[in-house]
Amino acid sequence: MAKENDHDHEHSHLDEMDIRLRTLESLLVEKGYVNPDALDAIVETYEKKIGPRNGAAVVARAWSDDAYLDRLRKDATSAIAELGFSGRQGEHMRIVENTDEVHNLVVCTLCSCYPWPVLGLPPVWYKSAPYRSRAVSEPRAVLSEFGVNLPESTKIRVWDSTAELRYLVLPKRPKGTEGWSEERLASIVTRDSMIGTGLPVEPKDQTP
Amino acid sequence: MSEVDKEVADSPPALPISDDEVIFRAPWEAQAFSMAVALNENGLFNWDEFAHELGAVIAEDTSSASEDYYRLWLRALEQILTRKSVVSVEEISKRKTEWEQAAARTPHGRPIVLE
Repeated sequence: MAKENDHDHEHSHLDEMDIRLRTLESLLVEKGYVNPDALDAIVETYEKKIGPRNGAAVVARAWSDDAYLDRLRKDATSAIAELGFSGRQGEHMRIVENTDEVHNLVVCTLCSCYPWPVLGLPPVWYKSAPYRSRAVSEPRAVLSEFGVNLPESTKIRVWDSTAELRYLVLPKRPKGTEGWSEERLASIVTRDSMIGTGLPVEPKDQTP
Repeated sequence: MSEVDKEVADSPPALPISDDEVIFRAPWEAQAFSMAVALNENGLFNWDEFAHELGAVIAEDTSSASEDYYRLWLRALEQILTRKSVVSVEEISKRKTEWEQAAARTPHGRPIVLE
Protein backbone atom coordinates (compact mmCIF):
# COMPACT_ATOMS: atom_id res chain seq x y z
CA MET A 1 0.00 0.00 0.00
CA ALA A 2 1.38 3.37 -0.96
CA LYS A 3 0.97 5.08 2.35
CA GLU A 4 2.65 8.30 1.15
CA ASN A 5 -0.10 8.82 -1.38
CA ASP A 6 -2.61 9.17 1.45
CA HIS A 7 -0.55 11.97 2.90
CA ASP A 8 -2.77 14.74 1.53
CA HIS A 9 -5.84 13.40 3.25
CA GLU A 10 -4.31 14.09 6.63
CA HIS A 11 -4.07 17.77 5.83
CA SER A 12 -6.68 20.41 5.55
CA HIS A 13 -8.30 21.55 2.40
CA LEU A 14 -10.09 24.81 1.76
CA ASP A 15 -12.38 25.12 -1.20
CA GLU A 16 -11.91 27.91 -3.67
CA MET A 17 -14.63 30.15 -2.26
CA ASP A 18 -13.39 29.70 1.27
CA ILE A 19 -9.89 30.76 0.18
CA ARG A 20 -11.19 33.78 -1.70
CA LEU A 21 -13.23 34.84 1.32
CA ARG A 22 -10.34 34.38 3.77
CA THR A 23 -8.04 36.24 1.39
CA LEU A 24 -10.22 39.33 1.21
CA GLU A 25 -11.25 39.27 4.86
CA SER A 26 -7.70 38.89 6.20
CA LEU A 27 -6.47 41.78 4.04
CA LEU A 28 -9.33 44.04 5.12
CA VAL A 29 -8.85 43.18 8.80
CA GLU A 30 -5.12 43.84 8.51
CA LYS A 31 -5.73 47.23 6.91
CA GLY A 32 -8.27 48.09 9.58
CA TYR A 33 -11.34 48.30 7.32
CA VAL A 34 -13.33 45.60 9.08
CA ASN A 35 -13.44 44.10 12.53
CA PRO A 36 -14.15 40.35 12.71
CA ASP A 37 -16.46 40.77 15.73
CA ALA A 38 -18.52 43.35 13.88
CA LEU A 39 -18.87 40.92 10.96
CA ASP A 40 -20.16 38.20 13.28
CA ALA A 41 -22.64 40.65 14.81
CA ILE A 42 -24.03 41.54 11.38
CA VAL A 43 -24.54 37.88 10.49
CA GLU A 44 -26.22 37.23 13.82
CA THR A 45 -28.58 40.17 13.32
CA TYR A 46 -29.67 39.07 9.86
CA GLU A 47 -29.95 35.40 10.77
CA LYS A 48 -31.86 35.83 14.00
CA LYS A 49 -33.27 39.29 14.57
CA ILE A 50 -34.46 40.67 11.26
CA GLY A 51 -37.09 38.85 9.29
CA PRO A 52 -40.60 38.94 7.84
CA ARG A 53 -42.11 39.27 11.34
CA ASN A 54 -41.05 42.92 11.14
CA GLY A 55 -43.00 43.46 7.94
CA ALA A 56 -45.98 41.55 9.33
CA ALA A 57 -46.10 43.97 12.27
CA VAL A 58 -46.17 46.90 9.83
CA VAL A 59 -48.99 45.32 7.82
CA ALA A 60 -51.00 44.46 10.95
CA ARG A 61 -50.65 48.04 12.22
CA ALA A 62 -51.73 49.42 8.84
CA TRP A 63 -54.80 47.16 8.86
CA SER A 64 -55.72 48.28 12.38
CA ASP A 65 -54.91 51.97 12.47
CA ASP A 66 -56.06 54.34 9.72
CA ALA A 67 -53.83 57.16 10.88
CA TYR A 68 -50.83 54.83 10.65
CA LEU A 69 -51.90 53.68 7.18
CA ASP A 70 -52.05 57.29 6.15
CA ARG A 71 -48.51 57.92 7.37
CA LEU A 72 -47.35 54.74 5.67
CA ARG A 73 -48.80 55.94 2.36
CA LYS A 74 -47.20 59.36 2.66
CA ASP A 75 -43.77 58.37 3.96
CA ALA A 76 -43.28 54.65 4.37
CA THR A 77 -39.64 54.98 5.47
CA SER A 78 -40.60 57.06 8.52
CA ALA A 79 -43.76 55.12 9.33
CA ILE A 80 -41.79 51.86 9.31
CA ALA A 81 -39.07 53.44 11.44
CA GLU A 82 -41.79 54.28 14.02
CA LEU A 83 -41.95 50.56 14.73
CA GLY A 84 -38.18 50.43 15.13
CA PHE A 85 -37.25 49.06 11.71
CA SER A 86 -34.85 51.10 9.65
CA GLY A 87 -32.51 50.42 6.81
CA ARG A 88 -28.77 50.31 7.17
CA GLN A 89 -28.19 51.07 3.51
CA GLY A 90 -30.06 54.37 3.43
CA GLU A 91 -32.78 52.97 1.21
CA HIS A 92 -36.26 54.44 0.96
CA MET A 93 -39.34 52.35 1.41
CA ARG A 94 -42.59 52.55 -0.45
CA ILE A 95 -45.84 50.73 0.24
CA VAL A 96 -47.86 49.30 -2.65
CA GLU A 97 -51.42 48.37 -1.75
CA ASN A 98 -53.34 45.42 -3.09
CA THR A 99 -56.99 46.09 -3.86
CA ASP A 100 -59.81 44.18 -5.56
CA GLU A 101 -58.61 45.65 -8.85
CA VAL A 102 -54.83 45.57 -8.51
CA HIS A 103 -52.33 42.99 -7.27
CA ASN A 104 -48.74 44.13 -6.75
CA LEU A 105 -45.63 42.04 -7.30
CA VAL A 106 -42.09 43.06 -6.33
CA VAL A 107 -38.91 42.05 -8.10
CA CYS A 108 -35.38 43.34 -8.57
CA THR A 109 -34.42 42.74 -12.17
CA LEU A 110 -30.87 44.07 -11.70
CA CYS A 111 -29.68 42.03 -8.74
CA SER A 112 -31.71 41.36 -5.63
CA CYS A 113 -32.59 44.61 -3.90
CA TYR A 114 -35.01 43.66 -1.17
CA PRO A 115 -36.51 45.45 1.84
CA TRP A 116 -34.13 43.92 4.40
CA PRO A 117 -35.36 45.87 7.46
CA VAL A 118 -38.89 44.50 7.12
CA LEU A 119 -38.36 41.14 5.41
CA GLY A 120 -34.84 40.04 6.31
CA LEU A 121 -32.72 38.55 3.54
CA PRO A 122 -34.35 37.36 0.32
CA PRO A 123 -35.26 33.73 -0.35
CA VAL A 124 -33.35 31.79 -3.01
CA TRP A 125 -36.02 32.14 -5.69
CA TYR A 126 -36.09 35.95 -5.37
CA LYS A 127 -32.41 36.05 -6.35
CA SER A 128 -32.80 33.59 -9.22
CA ALA A 129 -32.54 34.55 -12.88
CA PRO A 130 -35.93 33.00 -13.80
CA TYR A 131 -37.77 35.05 -11.20
CA ARG A 132 -35.93 38.25 -12.08
CA SER A 133 -36.89 37.95 -15.74
CA ARG A 134 -40.23 36.17 -15.65
CA ALA A 135 -41.82 38.33 -12.95
CA VAL A 136 -41.72 41.08 -15.57
CA SER A 137 -42.41 39.10 -18.75
CA GLU A 138 -45.17 36.83 -17.44
CA PRO A 139 -46.21 37.79 -13.91
CA ARG A 140 -49.47 35.87 -14.07
CA ALA A 141 -47.70 32.59 -14.85
CA VAL A 142 -45.19 33.25 -12.07
CA LEU A 143 -48.02 33.88 -9.61
CA SER A 144 -49.75 30.67 -10.58
CA GLU A 145 -46.51 28.75 -9.93
CA PHE A 146 -46.70 30.16 -6.43
CA GLY A 147 -50.27 28.95 -6.21
CA VAL A 148 -51.78 32.40 -6.56
CA ASN A 149 -54.52 32.43 -9.18
CA LEU A 150 -56.13 35.80 -9.57
CA PRO A 151 -59.27 36.62 -11.54
CA GLU A 152 -58.49 37.74 -15.11
CA SER A 153 -59.98 41.11 -14.21
CA THR A 154 -57.34 41.77 -11.54
CA LYS A 155 -54.51 43.88 -12.90
CA ILE A 156 -50.98 42.89 -11.91
CA ARG A 157 -48.53 45.67 -11.32
CA VAL A 158 -44.84 44.77 -11.15
CA TRP A 159 -42.44 46.96 -9.19
CA ASP A 160 -38.72 46.84 -9.91
CA SER A 161 -36.74 47.56 -6.74
CA THR A 162 -33.51 49.49 -6.75
CA ALA A 163 -30.77 50.08 -4.22
CA GLU A 164 -32.45 53.40 -3.34
CA LEU A 165 -36.13 52.45 -3.38
CA ARG A 166 -37.62 49.21 -2.12
CA TYR A 167 -41.23 48.12 -2.06
CA LEU A 168 -43.38 46.36 0.49
CA VAL A 169 -46.71 44.97 -0.63
CA LEU A 170 -49.61 45.74 1.67
CA PRO A 171 -51.88 42.73 1.16
CA LYS A 172 -55.66 42.96 1.40
CA ARG A 173 -56.96 42.21 4.85
CA PRO A 174 -58.81 38.89 4.67
CA LYS A 175 -62.50 38.81 5.50
CA GLY A 176 -63.35 37.25 8.82
CA THR A 177 -60.59 39.03 10.73
CA GLU A 178 -62.75 41.82 12.15
CA GLY A 179 -61.89 42.69 15.71
CA TRP A 180 -58.58 40.78 15.69
CA SER A 181 -55.64 42.09 17.68
CA GLU A 182 -52.56 43.31 15.78
CA GLU A 183 -50.66 40.33 17.05
CA ARG A 184 -53.21 37.91 15.68
CA LEU A 185 -53.39 39.78 12.38
CA ALA A 186 -49.60 39.67 12.04
CA SER A 187 -49.71 35.89 12.37
CA ILE A 188 -51.52 35.52 9.03
CA VAL A 189 -49.20 37.86 7.10
CA THR A 190 -46.71 35.70 5.25
CA ARG A 191 -43.41 36.82 3.79
CA ASP A 192 -44.60 36.01 0.27
CA SER A 193 -47.77 38.07 0.76
CA MET A 194 -45.51 41.10 1.31
CA ILE A 195 -43.53 40.38 -1.90
CA GLY A 196 -46.71 39.72 -3.84
CA THR A 197 -46.05 36.06 -4.63
CA GLY A 198 -48.51 35.00 -1.95
CA LEU A 199 -51.63 36.03 -0.09
CA PRO A 200 -52.23 36.21 3.66
CA VAL A 201 -53.35 32.97 5.29
CA GLU A 202 -57.14 32.74 5.22
CA PRO A 203 -58.51 32.76 8.79
CA LYS A 204 -60.24 29.43 8.21
CA ASP A 205 -56.93 27.83 7.16
CA GLN A 206 -54.99 29.15 10.10
CA THR A 207 -53.60 26.51 12.37
CA PRO A 208 -54.53 27.46 15.93
CA MET B 1 -42.28 17.49 -32.67
CA SER B 2 -45.42 16.49 -30.82
CA GLU B 3 -47.51 19.05 -28.99
CA VAL B 4 -46.28 17.72 -25.65
CA ASP B 5 -42.61 17.93 -26.64
CA LYS B 6 -43.13 21.42 -27.89
CA GLU B 7 -44.66 22.45 -24.63
CA VAL B 8 -41.66 21.12 -22.72
CA ALA B 9 -39.20 22.81 -25.06
CA ASP B 10 -41.02 26.13 -24.78
CA SER B 11 -41.56 26.03 -21.07
CA PRO B 12 -39.87 28.87 -19.25
CA PRO B 13 -37.08 28.24 -16.74
CA ALA B 14 -38.56 27.00 -13.49
CA LEU B 15 -38.53 29.11 -10.37
CA PRO B 16 -36.45 27.52 -7.61
CA ILE B 17 -39.30 27.69 -5.11
CA SER B 18 -38.64 25.67 -2.00
CA ASP B 19 -39.61 25.63 1.65
CA ASP B 20 -35.96 25.54 2.53
CA GLU B 21 -35.43 28.82 4.36
CA VAL B 22 -31.65 28.64 4.63
CA ILE B 23 -30.26 32.14 4.28
CA PHE B 24 -26.59 31.20 3.99
CA ARG B 25 -25.46 27.79 2.81
CA ALA B 26 -21.92 28.10 4.09
CA PRO B 27 -20.04 30.32 6.54
CA TRP B 28 -18.16 32.05 3.73
CA GLU B 29 -21.49 33.24 2.25
CA ALA B 30 -22.47 34.86 5.55
CA GLN B 31 -19.04 36.47 5.83
CA ALA B 32 -19.15 37.78 2.27
CA PHE B 33 -22.54 39.31 3.02
CA SER B 34 -21.47 40.90 6.28
CA MET B 35 -18.23 42.30 4.83
CA ALA B 36 -20.19 44.25 2.20
CA VAL B 37 -22.59 45.57 4.85
CA ALA B 38 -19.73 46.55 7.19
CA LEU B 39 -17.70 48.28 4.47
CA ASN B 40 -20.78 50.21 3.37
CA GLU B 41 -21.41 51.29 6.95
CA ASN B 42 -17.78 52.37 7.23
CA GLY B 43 -18.37 54.60 4.22
CA LEU B 44 -16.12 52.78 1.76
CA PHE B 45 -18.89 52.72 -0.84
CA ASN B 46 -22.56 53.65 -1.15
CA TRP B 47 -25.04 50.85 -1.30
CA ASP B 48 -26.17 51.79 -4.81
CA GLU B 49 -22.55 51.53 -5.99
CA PHE B 50 -22.42 48.00 -4.65
CA ALA B 51 -25.82 47.10 -6.09
CA HIS B 52 -24.74 48.31 -9.52
CA GLU B 53 -21.49 46.35 -9.30
CA LEU B 54 -23.42 43.24 -8.29
CA GLY B 55 -25.96 43.79 -11.05
CA ALA B 56 -23.17 44.05 -13.62
CA VAL B 57 -21.46 40.89 -12.33
CA ILE B 58 -24.78 39.00 -12.40
CA ALA B 59 -25.52 40.24 -15.93
CA GLU B 60 -22.09 39.06 -17.15
CA ASP B 61 -22.35 35.67 -15.51
CA THR B 62 -23.46 32.94 -17.84
CA SER B 63 -24.10 30.18 -15.32
CA SER B 64 -27.05 32.07 -13.78
CA ALA B 65 -27.50 29.35 -11.18
CA SER B 66 -29.13 30.87 -8.15
CA GLU B 67 -26.83 28.94 -5.80
CA ASP B 68 -24.01 31.03 -7.26
CA TYR B 69 -25.43 34.22 -5.82
CA TYR B 70 -22.87 34.80 -3.07
CA ARG B 71 -20.03 33.74 -5.37
CA LEU B 72 -21.06 36.66 -7.59
CA TRP B 73 -21.54 38.84 -4.52
CA LEU B 74 -17.93 38.17 -3.46
CA ARG B 75 -16.69 38.87 -6.97
CA ALA B 76 -18.53 42.22 -6.97
CA LEU B 77 -16.91 43.01 -3.64
CA GLU B 78 -13.43 42.11 -4.94
CA GLN B 79 -13.97 44.28 -8.00
CA ILE B 80 -15.22 47.33 -6.15
CA LEU B 81 -12.36 47.10 -3.63
CA THR B 82 -9.62 46.72 -6.23
CA ARG B 83 -11.08 49.57 -8.29
CA LYS B 84 -11.02 51.80 -5.23
CA SER B 85 -7.45 50.66 -4.50
CA VAL B 86 -8.45 49.39 -1.05
CA VAL B 87 -6.67 46.16 -1.96
CA SER B 88 -4.62 45.40 -5.06
CA VAL B 89 -4.87 42.46 -7.41
CA GLU B 90 -1.27 41.54 -6.46
CA GLU B 91 -2.08 41.54 -2.75
CA ILE B 92 -5.06 39.29 -3.38
CA SER B 93 -3.08 36.82 -5.44
CA LYS B 94 -0.20 36.68 -2.93
CA ARG B 95 -2.55 36.22 0.03
CA LYS B 96 -4.47 33.48 -1.79
CA THR B 97 -1.27 31.49 -2.16
CA GLU B 98 -0.52 31.99 1.54
CA TRP B 99 -3.91 30.58 2.51
CA GLU B 100 -3.44 27.61 0.20
CA GLN B 101 -0.07 26.91 1.80
CA ALA B 102 -1.54 27.35 5.28
CA ALA B 103 -4.26 24.81 4.51
CA ALA B 104 -1.75 22.36 3.10
CA ARG B 105 0.47 22.38 6.20
CA THR B 106 -2.37 22.29 8.77
CA PRO B 107 -3.26 18.84 10.12
CA HIS B 108 -6.88 17.96 9.52
CA GLY B 109 -9.22 19.26 12.21
CA ARG B 110 -6.96 22.08 13.38
CA PRO B 111 -7.80 25.72 12.70
CA ILE B 112 -6.09 27.00 9.60
CA VAL B 113 -4.08 30.14 10.29
CA LEU B 114 -1.59 32.25 8.39
CA GLU B 115 1.99 32.32 9.64
